[in-house]
Amino acid sequence: GTSWGVGGTCVNVGCIPKKLMHQAALLGTALKDAQHYGWNITQPIHHTWSVMAQGVQNYVKSLNWGHRVQLQDKKVKYFNVKGSFSDPHTVRGLTKAGKETIVTADSIVIATGGRPKYPTHIAGALEHGITSDDLFWLKESPGKTLLYCVYMELFFSISLTGASPDVSLECAGFLTGIGLDTTVMMRSTPLRGFDQAQMASLVTEHMESYGTKFLKRCFPTKVEKLESNRLEVTWKNTDLGTEETDSFDTVMWAVGRAPDTKTLNLETVGVKTNSETGKIIVDASEATSVPHIYAIGDITEGRPELTPTAIAAGKLLAHRLFGQSSELMDYDNVPTTVFTPLEYGCVGLSEEAAVQCHGSDNIEVFHAYYKPLEFTVAERDATQCYMKMVCLRERGQRILGLHFIGPNAGEVIQGFALGIKCGATYPQLMKTVGIHPTCAEEVTKLHITKRSGLDATVTGC
Amino acid sequence: SVQAHKEEKSQKSMEMNGLTMAPDSYDYDLIVIGGGSGGLAAAKEAAKYEKKVMVLDFVKPTPQGSSWGLGGTCVNVGCIPKKLMHQAALLGQALQDSRKFGWQFTEEVKHNWMTMTESVQNYIGSLNWGYRVALRDNKVTYENAYGEFVGPHTIKATNKKGVEKLYTAERFLIATGERPRYLGIPGDKEYCISSDDLFSLPYCPGKTLVVGASYVALECAGFLAGLGLDVTVMVRSILLRGFDQDMANKIGEYMKEHGVHFIREFVPVKVEQVEEGTPGRLKVTAKSTTGNQIIEGEYNTVLLAIGRDPCTRKIGLDKVGVHINEKTGKIPVNDEEQTNVPYVYAVGDILQDKLELTPVAIQAGRLLVRRLYAGATTKCDYVNVPTTVFTPLEYGACGYSEEAAVEKFGEENIEVYHSHFWPLEWTVPSRDNNKCYAKIICNIQDNERVIGFHVLGPNAGEVTQGFAAAIKCGMTKEQLDSTIGIHPVCAEV
Repeated sequence: GTSWGVGGTCVNVGCIPKKLMHQAALLGTALKDAQHYGWNITQPIHHTWSVMAQGVQNYVKSLNWGHRVQLQDKKVKYFNVKGSFSDPHTVRGLTKAGKETIVTADSIVIATGGRPKYPTHIAGALEHGITSDDLFWLKESPGKTLLYCVYMELFFSISLTGASPDVSLECAGFLTGIGLDTTVMMRSTPLRGFDQAQMASLVTEHMESYGTKFLKRCFPTKVEKLESNRLEVTWKNTDLGTEETDSFDTVMWAVGRAPDTKTLNLETVGVKTNSETGKIIVDASEATSVPHIYAIGDITEGRPELTPTAIAAGKLLAHRLFGQSSELMDYDNVPTTVFTPLEYGCVGLSEEAAVQCHGSDNIEVFHAYYKPLEFTVAERDATQCYMKMVCLRERGQRILGLHFIGPNAGEVIQGFALGIKCGATYPQLMKTVGIHPTCAEEVTKLHITKRSGLDATVTGC
Repeated sequence: SVQAHKEEKSQKSMEMNGLTMAPDSYDYDLIVIGGGSGGLAAAKEAAKYEKKVMVLDFVKPTPQGSSWGLGGTCVNVGCIPKKLMHQAALLGQALQDSRKFGWQFTEEVKHNWMTMTESVQNYIGSLNWGYRVALRDNKVTYENAYGEFVGPHTIKATNKKGVEKLYTAERFLIATGERPRYLGIPGDKEYCISSDDLFSLPYCPGKTLVVGASYVALECAGFLAGLGLDVTVMVRSILLRGFDQDMANKIGEYMKEHGVHFIREFVPVKVEQVEEGTPGRLKVTAKSTTGNQIIEGEYNTVLLAIGRDPCTRKIGLDKVGVHINEKTGKIPVNDEEQTNVPYVYAVGDILQDKLELTPVAIQAGRLLVRRLYAGATTKCDYVNVPTTVFTPLEYGACGYSEEAAVEKFGEENIEVYHSHFWPLEWTVPSRDNNKCYAKIICNIQDNERVIGFHVLGPNAGEVTQGFAAAIKCGMTKEQLDSTIGIHPVCAEV
């Protein structure tokens, strides 16, 4: 029954509330660190969900408001209606109350995004489980939570179209961080040999030591409500071939997102979609199979599901339609970050993709395990703090991809993404002097290759 | 060729000193005077090429008696303890934010200086130890002794006990760094402390007056205030001389709004002790720089941060003829870090017209050694070196300040793009929404190439590093515009 205002997924049930709750969890760690740094905080320290949720929800509502004001200021007419096509130039809108509005247009842009899927084949999934659409709007703490995902999607899609945020890991991460009993159940784990597996396992290893429980290679068969109002989940453990049960306060499904296209009436107007994914097929200029109908964002086939790419694509489209520009959107080298307790930021190709593209003899992977200075006094474990850079061996040693696991991963990667857009090479990076003391400077000091087999731990200044 | 030029210079110098010495008879291939960032990096690099290397490191105690181990300024009384104490202050702020994010704990939270300082000093101790081990593992001879030249190719090393030893080497690297300057007023050495003392102070400094407006002054004032202390900064004229003044003023404003007091256009003329103690009470008398006004104030601690002077005047440079700038004490070198005496090189903070930064010293030291012993030709690239000032609101920069860009290219030839931004993490705790700021300066005549990058906000160092790499690649505004942002992070602005 959860709903929200104008702004879409990112603002209401995506990036924004996710990062704020991630921040709440990080602050929990900061409280522990602070004691090492001399701050006298008397125990007990505990977290109240409703205070956080209210803070987050209020901020999101201010963004909804901000968007409405902006649309008004820019004289964009806003209808709060559910739209669908009547004919190629006509859209029919229905309000909550059922009142109809008809609008015609020269050009139409579809940007309806996606919604979380439910594993409807699991008994009780729809009735008793929630999704990320609900999580951020809960008024009361979700309590002991089970999150189920089929596999860690992020780490598979990353090489092709750039990463999609990994909902299950990010949510499990902050739930653990605010002190909740959290379990992630996944049906399958990354295949050995995939480079993504290296980064994925570092991230999940950290989460395990952080306190998140993992049930790997398990899948739920049913969810039932108990008298106590708790949920009893029954699942199959494929390794052991056994059936197990446990009870939880909340079960959250993170089995992927599906494009919101079914009710748009696309077939009537001839807009083609991918039969498997349901996503709208577009060309390099964001045009669908019907020339004056365009599509951008999560709903388009083969594009990264990221806010900044949607924004950029939308702006460029408008420039091309009305501003005499011919600039197309460049979907290459889009940087992203997964906001798990230990963040993972990356840009460019994964090691796997680079090997596939160029052959392992033609690429060099520089890597390092480092320790953020702030972890020292805080006595925090930096085992999973790691970075690697994938370069061509020839042609000036151009950088193909950069991967960073550590605090503030997004802040670290952003500038390097720019460098990669400028065709940065390994020698140029080595000529760049580091800023001391930061984590990012370690990127400019990468020199141990995977090929050499040498210990990649950073030692001293 | 460079080799011929060197031989010619070498010949001249030997003639000048009236001595000739056979190269094989030296004790060492290289003696490094100063075991800091530059010196140690160079020494370890030289050892890699199987050279016989010695490092001499000695710390003359401060007027207050502070001293420290191997590693130089950065490790002991610079970057490292500074960033850790800055982190302690940031955590104090995080504590306040966390309440808005749902965390609950006692209202009153106090900071314990000793707990923090002990942890910081323990960590530094581990670094000192690590360096000693690294030198040993690399077969570099290390002596905790004060080195000074006594004649061509010869230095005298004097240890703590006063025992003197003589050593000769084919080449020398001076990397003696700097020490804080004193005001030269009554009471300064007796009662004031400097950054050399602050990070190991065995008692909480209490109500503190920071004299100076350098980044050292502002960073220290910043974290002391963040830990809950009453802090005043006395500034003679402007903040952060040499930095973009627009950014410098924003930093000052932020600090003022967050509880740091500023006394502008005054200089101390006298410091007197009112009461002994740890800390005691000091009375400071200051005079206006613009008039005759005299003011007085009482503080527990007075921290002087008015600049640093190179340690070059008492190491016998006159005995080997190495020129220094008499006024500043800095050593002029060519673009290969060579002094006017061909077999004497220098790196780090003591160099004239070069940046006083650890990574620069390390880079210069390593590249120098590779040129000397590994046939390399790469010189240290001092252009577009990024830096970060770790004030409460951090400031990262790379390239030209707005003033320098206007001066070099002319106002009509540069374009400045700028924006305020509100870090997402600051929204829920209702922190300032118009303080964080970023600007880039572009050269219109060169394809709008980005020649200056400035950002004021959290994690400025992490944000700036990657942009510095991009600037090194000649990034233009168009390329910047076409790069997708990571959302939601500060850097995407």
